Amino acid sequence: MASLDRMARSLLLAELASGMALTLKYFFKPKSTISYPFEKTALSPRFKGEHALRRYANGEERCIACKLCEAVCPALAITIEAEPREDGSRRTTRYDIDMTKCIYCGMCEEACPVDAIVEGPNFEFATETRAELIYDKDRLLSNGDRWEPEIAKRLELDAPYR
Amino acid sequence: MAKVTVDGIEIEVPNGATVLQACEAAGKEIPRFCYHERLSVAGNCRMCLVEVEKAPKPVASCAYPVADGMKVFTDSAMVRNARRNVMEFLLINHPLDCPICDQGGECDLQDQATAYGGQGGRYREQKRAVKDKYMGPLVKTIMTRCIQCTRCIRFATEVAGVPELGATGRGEDMQIGTYVEKALSTELSGNLIDICPVGALTSRPYAFVSRPWELRKTDSIDVLDAVGANIRIDTRGPEVLRILPRTNEDVNEEWMADRGRFSFDGLKRKRLDRPWIRVEGKLRPASWEEAFAAIADRFQGLKPERVGAVAGDLVDAESAFALRELMAGLGSSNLDCRQDGAALDTSRRDFYLFNSGIAGIDEADALLIIGSNPRQEAPVLNARIRKRWASGALKVGYVGPKGLNLTYKAQHLGEGPAALAALQAGEGFAEVLKGASKPMIILGRAAIARADGAAVLAAAWALADAVGALTPDWHGFNLLHLFGGQVGALDAGFLPGPGGKDLSAMLSGGMDALWLLGADGFDPALIPAETFVVYQGHHGDRAASRADVILPGAAYPEKEGTYVNTEGRAQRGRLALHPPGEAREDWRIIRAAGAALGVPLAFDTLDALRARLVAANPVFGMVDGRVAGGCLDTTGPVAGPTPLSHTDFTLPVTDYWQADAISRASETMAECSRIYNDATPKLAAE
Repeated sequence: MASLDRMARSLLLAELASGMALTLKYFFKPKSTISYPFEKTALSPRFKGEHALRRYANGEERCIACKLCEAVCPALAITIEAEPREDGSRRTTRYDIDMTKCIYCGMCEEACPVDAIVEGPNFEFATETRAELIYDKDRLLSNGDRWEPEIAKRLELDAPYR
Repeated sequence: MAKVTVDGIEIEVPNGATVLQACEAAGKEIPRFCYHERLSVAGNCRMCLVEVEKAPKPVASCAYPVADGMKVFTDSAMVRNARRNVMEFLLINHPLDCPICDQGGECDLQDQATAYGGQGGRYREQKRAVKDKYMGPLVKTIMTRCIQCTRCIRFATEVAGVPELGATGRGEDMQIGTYVEKALSTELSGNLIDICPVGALTSRPYAFVSRPWELRKTDSIDVLDAVGANIRIDTRGPEVLRILPRTNEDVNEEWMADRGRFSFDGLKRKRLDRPWIRVEGKLRPASWEEAFAAIADRFQGLKPERVGAVAGDLVDAESAFALRELMAGLGSSNLDCRQDGAALDTSRRDFYLFNSGIAGIDEADALLIIGSNPRQEAPVLNARIRKRWASGALKVGYVGPKGLNLTYKAQHLGEGPAALAALQAGEGFAEVLKGASKPMIILGRAAIARADGAAVLAAAWALADAVGALTPDWHGFNLLHLFGGQVGALDAGFLPGPGGKDLSAMLSGGMDALWLLGADGFDPALIPAETFVVYQGHHGDRAASRADVILPGAAYPEKEGTYVNTEGRAQRGRLALHPPGEAREDWRIIRAAGAALGVPLAFDTLDALRARLVAANPVFGMVDGRVAGGCLDTTGPVAGPTPLSHTDFTLPVTDYWQADAISRASETMAECSRIYNDATPKLAAE
């Protein structure tokens, strides 16, 4: 009896019909994929993307060369050199992040006493050469300038949980 | 002795000891800021509070004497509470600028706030701010961070002997300063940075440069004066970032002189980092092969007695010994390490050593200084003399230029050798020396670097003998050298052999080739024009410009070396960083030169070289130790043909901050020299 039933199903293309029905069902359902880069998903305020060095509202750079980020970095990706600036304040003369070493753990951001180094929302910084991924201070500061509105908003959203 | 119980541990401490000392003897850690073992007790930080049984309040243990049967508790609820509250008071006016403070990571206040402080602050009001003071080119001040422990005031007054620091105002208005704005006139100012428990006094050359956790630390020996202070060289990558003293009770206690501490930036400037050869009157860069070929070419067929070698003041004993071996291989005995021409009698070791020992100063009760200014020649040793003098047990007299400020009271006895004759006759100060149980005589090296040097040496020895300074259990004759390599070269036998010429004879002609091993201490213009000069050293200083071949060597932090200090203590300096460029360790250069000259030397490794060195002079085997003891043979050094003259003694160090090749290349030292040698005091220099 069972063999008769199997034969009838295959002759009547029942599997094909049920498969096509499923296809048809999903054809009309809303899609879960998006068409990147034209569409983008929402990012958590805690997203850890490309690094940036921030400035105060008056344009003064925040980083005071305390070197805590350098000390805490588990991948040894940060290199800092410092000396007194002309006005006697403590500032970096060199702030390099090797983005090929960075593991995006966010410890630098946690360690920073002045919220200078942050990991911003940008994740689209693929390059054609490795050399371009060695970020220096100018690059990090310009990142900060470019992303400041988003970064400030993210920090504000995350502030209640800190 | 008093029996004290500390947290249940019963110990015995001498009567008059403080509770803090008793707690330390019991192995308990007591937090403190103002208390320092080598300074007087101030008792103003209140951090060292402990509970004493039957005392109604916590007591400041640093200022509280022990009593027999006392019971002390260092970790009771009362003590913890008291310390937490004292810490809260201290932090009321201390800024929270640890991230930009150079003391961060090695700060007593930071550590103790973590260990003994509360969880958070309750103070929300305005903090005080204090204007920074100028204390000279070496000490940077951020006075807002000051917690008024007064360690710096006590150090300057008691140890350095320059009572220029003080406090003005009371309570919250108390400020530490120099009263009149001026650079602190001491050669020990770097120690203020070490003793400051917070970041109020920090190193100016090191400002914002680095963090303590980034540094690689190497124990070594300071060679820029003859005390041989034990130091720690902090390096990051290929550069020295700072030099700190290590504690060695027998040598430098825990102090260090400014020249040794701050001149390291000279290691980066004016360095010889590759060999050079003179071709047609001009020096051109060369390879090691070319340099050795040029030397071998010139040395070919030279008569051994027409070849000589001179060792400098900063050389390690190994390279001096290696060069001596090389010269012996060539058949020459023209060697000299006395660039200043000091008439040292090297027939016996105690003729040229600081025989009482630096620690011996603590026992002396009368001191005569001849032709020396220990304040500039050996600041740490001078602080030791001052310490003994301040205890009231030492009387000091000196023969030398008038108006010397030694930081302690010293009776001026004359300016020239005539004063020695007067003392010999038993006048004035000689009575003090005779009456003393442990009299000391310190003879400056410069006092014998003159025509009648041998006579001065003999007269000083005879005087020491006459006043009873030479006994089987006390040796009161002391020669104070100037640099860390001088005694080592003497002990390595870098001296004219039989029939050999000394430096002045070599300079007066008859030499075809001269090998200068870091010898910058004499005027190279004195070298006859036809002499072929090989200069091996680390800085392009005086002698390098005269050289026909320059071999780049290593400075003291860049090599393993043995140095003998003025009291005859052999100590090892260790490699903290590698020499720059093509430069190599000096003994390797000499060994390679030996191979190129066809006189292979009998050692391939440093260990083999050291074994030979120890075999030649067992003194080098006693690392960190010295032959101490009295004088068993009072026969004096040979007086020489020149009688005592009437020329006054002159001092060798005319500019403390520029006295050697390394500090002459240092920008920090040049700045110090400019500020301190400027006759008009600088007001508001910042």
